[in-house]
Amino acid sequence: MSYIKIKRPKFSLLDKVYVVELVKGLVITMRHLVLSLLGKSRGKKDFSTKGVGVCMQFPDERWDSRLPEYYRGAPTLVRGEDGRERCVSCQLCEFICPARAITITPGEVDPTSSCQKQEKAPAKFEIDMLRCIYCGMCQEACPEQAIFLSKEYLITLTDRKQAIRDKETLYRLGGTRKGLVNKWNQYK
Amino acid sequence: MDAIINWYNDLMSHEIWFYLIHTLLKLVLMFAVILAFVVLSVWIERRVAGWIQDRPGPNRAGIPLFLLQRFGSKEKQPLKNWLHFFGIPETSWIARLCTWLRLDREFPCWGLIQPCLDGGKLFLKQETTPSYVRKFYFILAPMLVLGPPMVAAAVIPFASEVNTCYGHISMCVANLDIGPLWIFAISGLSVYGLTLAGWSSNSKFPFLGGLRATAQLISYEVAMGLSVIPLLMMFGTLNLQQIVQFQADNGWTLLPLWGEGLSWQRWAMMLPLGISFIVFVTCVFAEANRTPFDMAECETDLVAGYHAEYSSMKFASFFMGEYAAMVIGSAVVVTLFLGGWSIGFGADAALAAYSEWLAVLCQLCMFIVKLLAFIVFFVWVRWTLPRFRWDQVMKLGWLYFLEIAVANIFLTAAVLYFVK
Repeated sequence: MSYIKIKRPKFSLLDKVYVVELVKGLVITMRHLVLSLLGKSRGKKDFSTKGVGVCMQFPDERWDSRLPEYYRGAPTLVRGEDGRERCVSCQLCEFICPARAITITPGEVDPTSSCQKQEKAPAKFEIDMLRCIYCGMCQEACPEQAIFLSKEYLITLTDRKQAIRDKETLYRLGGTRKGLVNKWNQYK
Repeated sequence: MDAIINWYNDLMSHEIWFYLIHTLLKLVLMFAVILAFVVLSVWIERRVAGWIQDRPGPNRAGIPLFLLQRFGSKEKQPLKNWLHFFGIPETSWIARLCTWLRLDREFPCWGLIQPCLDGGKLFLKQETTPSYVRKFYFILAPMLVLGPPMVAAAVIPFASEVNTCYGHISMCVANLDIGPLWIFAISGLSVYGLTLAGWSSNSKFPFLGGLRATAQLISYEVAMGLSVIPLLMMFGTLNLQQIVQFQADNGWTLLPLWGEGLSWQRWAMMLPLGISFIVFVTCVFAEANRTPFDMAECETDLVAGYHAEYSSMKFASFFMGEYAAMVIGSAVVVTLFLGGWSIGFGADAALAAYSEWLAVLCQLCMFIVKLLAFIVFFVWVRWTLPRFRWDQVMKLGWLYFLEIAVANIFLTAAVLYFVK
């Protein structure tokens, strides 16, 4: 391996005097100022927002419709297409959660459930949204594809107790997902 | 009624009372203008910063008109109520203009309320004084930062002179014959505030910040003082009111387009004056601790610099002191180089011949406009230039500006000797 020498720019005397370069810089910033005041900032068209600059006026205009597929919002629990709760209470998400937001109390499988092959099911599943950092580790660790990050990003609380989401809330927010996990199928 | 008028006449014709009263009035005016400008310049800073970075800046905080509902109005939208009251149809251009100005929601004032709210918030914040600080100096330091710029403003003329029936009023708080010297002397005192804050915080980074502030302010004070000497050589006076009067008659220092300013001798003076303008303005930036020279609070090196241990209103007074220094710096530059209160093109004399009070009013407005423009320039430079490195700052101050300023004095002397 040989060294690659980076070419540093050579400054002429005019550059070193600094005044001309300063004026050039001032012109650049003034162009930005004028364009944003006129509502013609660069990238404004792609963004299609109103007002000054390329900036979304949050409560009036929202990101919701343009959130990307991979957006990481609040974590939720999902049911399978047969309505079975996918979580088997393995607690991997609880252990991997770096913020320790998840608390699971394992319990017995509901006898009325359509699938009785699992060992456990969560008796309680709580996520503290004040602790959650939306990292998505739980989703990655889950072997059952039971926990997913939704696109919900606006969580406003008036009380600390409201921050703790229980199992029912999480299932309600998560809804059902199709396919993917087949290992508990009756044919296996 | 007559008794009151007589008493007023007696009072005002008494020389000392007349002096006291008009000085006090000017003092209040000056103080109010500066404090208003400190608040305003925070807003300008944030708005201009926003625009330069393609975002709106603080545009939300306004006078919440929904509070008016409490006082009788049941209507959700105050604008509708207001239109009904005056009998204006809702489709008229007045209503549309009001909607365009967003008056239908709440009165936003383009976010002008934001600095007031910030001030209120800082006032109400919990104040923590660390146990390891030296209490007396810790409390003294913010006062020393905020005080000097206010005092330095005393000599800055904000309008010309007026002859009333009781006597002569010069529109600056103290019409001293040592104007620039007073400003340098007093505004140099604010470095004690920064030094004391850094030292009394008894903590590493504030201490370094205080040291940097001291070194920087002292270094640039030298070049700053030397760079105005060419000006004083041209004006032949240190009285700021007379300097501005000269500029009103003979063209601003940097824009000699009327009076004697049109002579080629005056244009030959533009070279040394231009150099001294650049040096002086840069030094004002350094004195006001503004980017690119805000070494004293350079957060990448020093957490927050000398005010790292401060909280609540003490922190706010450092902040206000910095902005007050910026306002005063702008005022000095405007006074010395950009014609101070003068409207220019001989309009001052014409207005004064028509009505002196009208002239004074126009000049005050002109001064405020110039001041605002220069504050915007301050902010504009801040969001354009990156911060200098510490050794670059010192090198620039001692190795270049000092030499340039000294050489400029000789250049001015030569130009004055050979040309005039």
